[in-house]
Amino acid sequence: MIPDSAAAAAAPVLRLHAITKRFGSLLANDAISLELARGEVLGLLGENGAGKSTLVSILFGHYVADAGHIEAFGEPLPPGNPGAALAAGIGMVHQHFTLADNLSVLDNVMLGTEPLWRPFSRRAAARVKLLEAATRFGLQVNPDALIRDLSVGERQRVEILKALVSSDKRQGAKILILDEPTAVLTPAEAESLFDTLQQLIDQGLSVIFISHKLDEVLRVSRRIAVLRGGRLVATVAAAGSNKAELAELMVGRPIDAPTRSARAPGELTCRLRDVGAGGINLDLHAGEIVAIAGVAGNGQQALAEWLFGLQAPPRGQVELRGRVLPAKPREWVRAGVARIPEDRHAVGVVGELPVWENAMLERFDTPALSRAGVLRRAAAQAHARNVIERFDVRGTQSQGLATPTRALSGGNMQKLILGRALMGNPEADTPPLLIVADQPTWGLDIGAVAYVHQQLLDACTQGAAVLLISEDLDEIFAIADRMAVIHQGRLTPARPVAQWTMPQIGLAMAGGAVDHHHAH
Amino acid sequence: MQLGAPFIAVAFTLLFTSVLVAWAGAPIGRAYALLIEGGFGSRFAWSETLTRATPLILTGLAAAVAFRARLFNIGAEGQLYAGALAAVAVGGLHGGSGFDASPWLLFPLMMLSAALAGALLLLGPALLKSRLGVDEVVTTLLLNFIVLLFVSMMLDGPMKDPTAMGWPQSVALQDGVQLGKLVARTRMHTGLLWALALALALWALLKYTTTGFAIRAVGANARAAAFAGMPVAWVNVKVALLSGALAGLAGAIEVAGRTGYVTLDMSPGYGYSGIVIAMLAALNPLGVVAASVFVAGILVGADSMSRAVNVPTYIADVIVAVSLLSMLVATMAAQYRVVFRVGSGGVPHAR
Repeated sequence: MIPDSAAAAAAPVLRLHAITKRFGSLLANDAISLELARGEVLGLLGENGAGKSTLVSILFGHYVADAGHIEAFGEPLPPGNPGAALAAGIGMVHQHFTLADNLSVLDNVMLGTEPLWRPFSRRAAARVKLLEAATRFGLQVNPDALIRDLSVGERQRVEILKALVSSDKRQGAKILILDEPTAVLTPAEAESLFDTLQQLIDQGLSVIFISHKLDEVLRVSRRIAVLRGGRLVATVAAAGSNKAELAELMVGRPIDAPTRSARAPGELTCRLRDVGAGGINLDLHAGEIVAIAGVAGNGQQALAEWLFGLQAPPRGQVELRGRVLPAKPREWVRAGVARIPEDRHAVGVVGELPVWENAMLERFDTPALSRAGVLRRAAAQAHARNVIERFDVRGTQSQGLATPTRALSGGNMQKLILGRALMGNPEADTPPLLIVADQPTWGLDIGAVAYVHQQLLDACTQGAAVLLISEDLDEIFAIADRMAVIHQGRLTPARPVAQWTMPQIGLAMAGGAVDHHHAH
Repeated sequence: MQLGAPFIAVAFTLLFTSVLVAWAGAPIGRAYALLIEGGFGSRFAWSETLTRATPLILTGLAAAVAFRARLFNIGAEGQLYAGALAAVAVGGLHGGSGFDASPWLLFPLMMLSAALAGALLLLGPALLKSRLGVDEVVTTLLLNFIVLLFVSMMLDGPMKDPTAMGWPQSVALQDGVQLGKLVARTRMHTGLLWALALALALWALLKYTTTGFAIRAVGANARAAAFAGMPVAWVNVKVALLSGALAGLAGAIEVAGRTGYVTLDMSPGYGYSGIVIAMLAALNPLGVVAASVFVAGILVGADSMSRAVNVPTYIADVIVAVSLLSMLVATMAAQYRVVFRVGSGGVPHAR
């Protein structure tokens, strides 16, 4: 927890009173009342769809509440007016950055603050203001650097500075809303963000910190407001709470940690020999989960494409049970590789097509599902029903198998993809040999994450080798047996997760010398 | 997509064009009554409408199947002419008599070569798109002009009919390979049955076959289709061949069923109208049949309306064009719900 600043005062800077918002039949916010004190970090915790985004969108004037009102610094805040929110000193940092890559830091901060009728922008004054704020909050940036040259952590710093500087002409923001700010950061960058938050609090600002990651919310918040299904279910003091309690509040039922039955790694299933420009070597055995950790954009995508059978590696080879397969996805699927792509919407499913057609997407031309070029629709629908039942895919009640797949929630879409991959051939029902899962729980809520983890562990117990590509260390520590870190296409040796320390991981992720002492 | 969208679009179109009718100085009610009567009001009107609908069904199918796979074939007009020319090249009276072969052999050969000519014409742009990323809208559109000029050259040169008194028109087809009349003393020919059969076949192909499934998947999300192992490039080639062949057949069937020879004005833009029809039909092959009959009826009806109340026949083109635009808007409106708020200062937003 970040301690409150000495300036914390009794009068709340922000008061939300009985905010209600309905989208059609969905009650997104149900009479939510919240107060934010000066100099505090309020954690806003909830699963996807719990109403967090709707609530801050109302607060920031993107939506108009159906009922309820908002007061900032004792004054009523006019609804539906982002300009008024800015003028009242509310700044917002969105999950997806809103910076122009080809402009400098200063230009980005000035964007939107300059009146359009003025013939010349006032760069000198803006520069002074930016540097002032940078010094005051300890957010060091070079105003003339181009955004495209900055790291993700630095970009976020610019976003925060922009929110701080542009919210009001004179004083700057007093209230900062951060939406899932750590989603794109390395552990070290996240640490640095938490330091920044401390500085902000010390300067008397108030922060609303939105996240679905329990550890972070516990670490930075004084109080934690938990949303579930559009309702505020509890506001708890971080000091007296713990992960289990928060998880239960968030989901509405106790969450079982994934369990696995102990099993020694079996025979060699897949071997990567000197693969790609970075020369990756890795062995995957039946019955073990090997995780690839690393910051996004360090070669995970290429690695996944080689193992999905989409691309042939430019160098080296991938052997599956001693065989080298051509870069044809269907060959890999037929050979027993279950593939879970990172982007489930853009790559995993065809959103426009119904659920049952997506369930056969990888195997529609196998004898079980088509004969002589004609689809066996009844068999395919039966197969889809099987997948839906065994993998608990929900959201098809009203339209049945004809439900367009894009109408499914992220979790249910992932269950469909998982089921499609793990069920294997609809005739033989053979368990997969190798599972390649690229960020399988990205953007899922806790319940769905636990489900995916359990499925991977169960498949592993039944003899599958699992390669888990993940940016989430919690996930890796929860289910992986061994872990390797990827940096710019190079992979450290895979070691049992228990042998890795946090500093070693941080060093490896940053490309530091890998300790080869433990290798094999 | 909602089924109501085409009907809303058509209703809006008639409302909008009534302003233009009024502007032309005609009584709106009477003008529309004449339009509908001229298109659908008598046995003769129906025969003319269905004759006109025949090539439109085929070009509509060509556009529908291509658009399903996100291959934007704007070149059906050129493919139609290429097909017509190929048909005459095989089945025409060259040198006074033409090829000496049984019609049982010659007719299929003629249709096949027309389909092939249309297909090959679209193959180039499709390959340029998949290999080099060249925009197929531009290439197919511009190919129309090249083909028309080529046809013009052929009609004034090697394929010119020496008995046509100098008119640029091709030699006529042999008698044996012409399509029969469907109803005596009308222009309706058996090409209509061909078009209906092809619509049914295309509908079944898309719904029931692995090829159709691949076409739909590739069109809706090529990345996901590629991930699942579908041969995206090969699917695109197949779609191009299919779409071009359908448009080529439209030309051959027009020649074999109606005109008997190729002229430069044999198609009043059937290739382009096919795009409108495909959109009105929401790319559904069976919907293409209905939309073709509708558009053909408007075109035919506008002629008789224009004769009676002196509204320019161009009103038909306006109706077809506006119905395309309103169909696009209606399709969008069916996908999004536009919420207007009054007095809150919020901007309208779509969900």
